[in-house]
Amino acid sequence: MPVTVARSLDHALAALEEFPEALILAGGTDVMVQINKGAVSVDQVVAIGRVPELQGWRREGDWLHLGAAVTYSEMMGEELSSLVPALAQASRTVGSPQIRNAGTIGGNLGTSSPAGDTLPVLFALDAVLTIRSSTELREVPISQFVVGVKSNTLQPGELIEKISVPVLEGPQEFCKIGPRNAMVISVASFTLLADQKENRVRSCLGTVGPVPIRSMEAEDLLSNSVNWGENTVSSEVLDAFSSLCADAAKPIDDHRGSAVYRRHAIKVLSRRAASRIFIEGKS
Amino acid sequence: MSNIFYTLNVNGEDHQVADAWAGESLLWVLRERLGFPGAKNACEEGECGSCSVQIGEEVVCSCLVLAGSAIDQEITTIEGLSPEGELGDVQQAFIDAGAVQCGFCTPGLLVTIGHLLEKNENPDDLTVREAISGNLCRCTGYGRILEAVQMAAASRRGEKRE
Repeated sequence: MPVTVARSLDHALAALEEFPEALILAGGTDVMVQINKGAVSVDQVVAIGRVPELQGWRREGDWLHLGAAVTYSEMMGEELSSLVPALAQASRTVGSPQIRNAGTIGGNLGTSSPAGDTLPVLFALDAVLTIRSSTELREVPISQFVVGVKSNTLQPGELIEKISVPVLEGPQEFCKIGPRNAMVISVASFTLLADQKENRVRSCLGTVGPVPIRSMEAEDLLSNSVNWGENTVSSEVLDAFSSLCADAAKPIDDHRGSAVYRRHAIKVLSRRAASRIFIEGKS
Repeated sequence: MSNIFYTLNVNGEDHQVADAWAGESLLWVLRERLGFPGAKNACEEGECGSCSVQIGEEVVCSCLVLAGSAIDQEITTIEGLSPEGELGDVQQAFIDAGAVQCGFCTPGLLVTIGHLLEKNENPDDLTVREAISGNLCRCTGYGRILEAVQMAAASRRGEKRE
């Protein structure tokens, strides 16, 4: 049978052991486009979207574990959006309600597109992926998972079981540029998270390089310049931060936007995100 | 490439799909194999929403559902929304408001709006716009569609009061 609708994690892993090269189908919102075009051949499919062990999420202390089959709509739910606001904001910008009902966080990672909307948020959070095969279990930091344009380190026979992220104290912002308000693939995005326990910011540039990009220089500058007691930052620091972010971008020209525009967009978005999180004042 | 056999539950009835290619979308199977042409095929990439159907409790694009993976789920198409030969309240409101022009987006909109009104009988315009943001209409400019939703919502609230 070329399509296995997995009913349990063991069922999915057994199918992947038998057919290590099978197409793993989660929400289908990316891969079905390719199948419809005839760009992807369908010999063996393992559908994991309804595997019970991949559903839902749970909090353990300061960590949040998200099942790989959690959908964008679920990430926009009340509780998750208060625990990881930026992930909910990013999910909110994905496709349409129909797409968000089907598409999953695990699928976004499996596709590893430079325009994947949750990826910059997960990079900023230093997310850890739990990856499983029928014989092995491994944990992989996201920066060692997404390694290039639509390229990741998932091996044949493996699937993503869950994604773990820290629950931070402090405001979060995800900003995205596209041609209009609904149903857009990202031209550029920017994630900024405040960690008020550590007095640090975490940030990430999206869609302006083969993989999401973090600028430690920009993060250091902003973290060390914010008045964390007052939650204020000077206009000069915001200007310098956004310049460093723009410098870190490695954009390309393509049908969605030019490299010059994308770099400019990062400068605007990074400043906008920072001025939403911190009060802009005199130094 | 081997072909597959499976059963889909559409509008409350089981339908056999025989000797199908494994890569067929639910939209294609509904239209071409099972005789449900209500869901429309326009973009085949989840952009237009004209193929919207309900699976379980969620509205999804049937073009992005692998048909063979949709077994053991309740699939509801536009054909299942009102009894045969009768108009549902949202359909009637679309006619009364003049919300149908070329009509290609209409089945998808009716599925989406039907689902919205099941959950929320008093949606404001922003809620409606958000709910239908995945359903493209290139004729009406949406004004009369929004009117139709409010008309249908008002009639549902009215029916409840009686």
